[in-house]
Amino acid sequence: MFYNYMSTFYFIAFLSILFSLLVIFAKNPVHSVLYLIITFFTFTIHYIILNAQFLAIVNFIVYMGAILVLFLFVMMMLNLNNDTEPSKSMLVKVAGIIGGGCLLATLVAATKGLAASQPVMLTNPDLGSVKNLGKILFNEFLLPFEVSSILLLSAMVGAVLLATKDGNPKSTKPTV
Amino acid sequence: MESLTEAVKIVPLNHYILLSAIIFSIGVAGVLIRRNAIVVFMSVELMLNAVNLLLTAFSVYSNDPNGQVFVFFIMALAAAEIAIGLAIIVMIHRNTNSIDVDILNRLKW
Repeated sequence: MFYNYMSTFYFIAFLSILFSLLVIFAKNPVHSVLYLIITFFTFTIHYIILNAQFLAIVNFIVYMGAILVLFLFVMMMLNLNNDTEPSKSMLVKVAGIIGGGCLLATLVAATKGLAASQPVMLTNPDLGSVKNLGKILFNEFLLPFEVSSILLLSAMVGAVLLATKDGNPKSTKPTV
Repeated sequence: MESLTEAVKIVPLNHYILLSAIIFSIGVAGVLIRRNAIVVFMSVELMLNAVNLLLTAFSVYSNDPNGQVFVFFIMALAAAEIAIGLAIIVMIHRNTNSIDVDILNRLKW
């Protein structure tokens, strides 16, 4: 019985790796976005397996709902086609893959240097519940929470400022 | 829900670290090998998500909910970053008629 549950994690981990590889190797950028949606969905399943319910919901809504729609929207607006995408030379590609592989080898070797690890035990089932995290967020982390609202506001103002056409700063009407 | 969380009790912490390391490296390789600015941006998102997953795994491992609060802040920061980054990409596209990152190597147009 345990073996089946254990294989759930490895199956989802395999899917995460497979689809994130497809994200960076897909020719068409729209396909990349679609594979990224599936990758984020597998991350949501990982959060559910870890019983982090709040993060699973937030990941589902914010990443899969908002951010990827934004990506697709920009892609539609810029009218990116398959043939307009340039590709790097083979040498640069091989060098990039070797660079990523070297980083991976370093990280894996550093992990091997750790002692034999304990299994991840979920001792408190309420750890990632909305109630528990909300209490922490509004007590200990109240100031960072409010500061992050200022961050989001400034990001919104900055995005509007950058994306509108420059020229006469007096006329800030949206020019389409 | 209770039966699904049984799975996590026998997955070693090392395997979470390895999974996050693999996905982070895939993100790094994607930044290095792609020229499309939007795909580069998506690779950065992959890296952020790998870190998020590792923080959550450590949070469950050490029974400390502060890690999950940090993940929440990272998600808020990622949303802001996406908004600004996509605005910059739109501006680059308007100025150069392409989103090839190699065109920008002189940092002027």
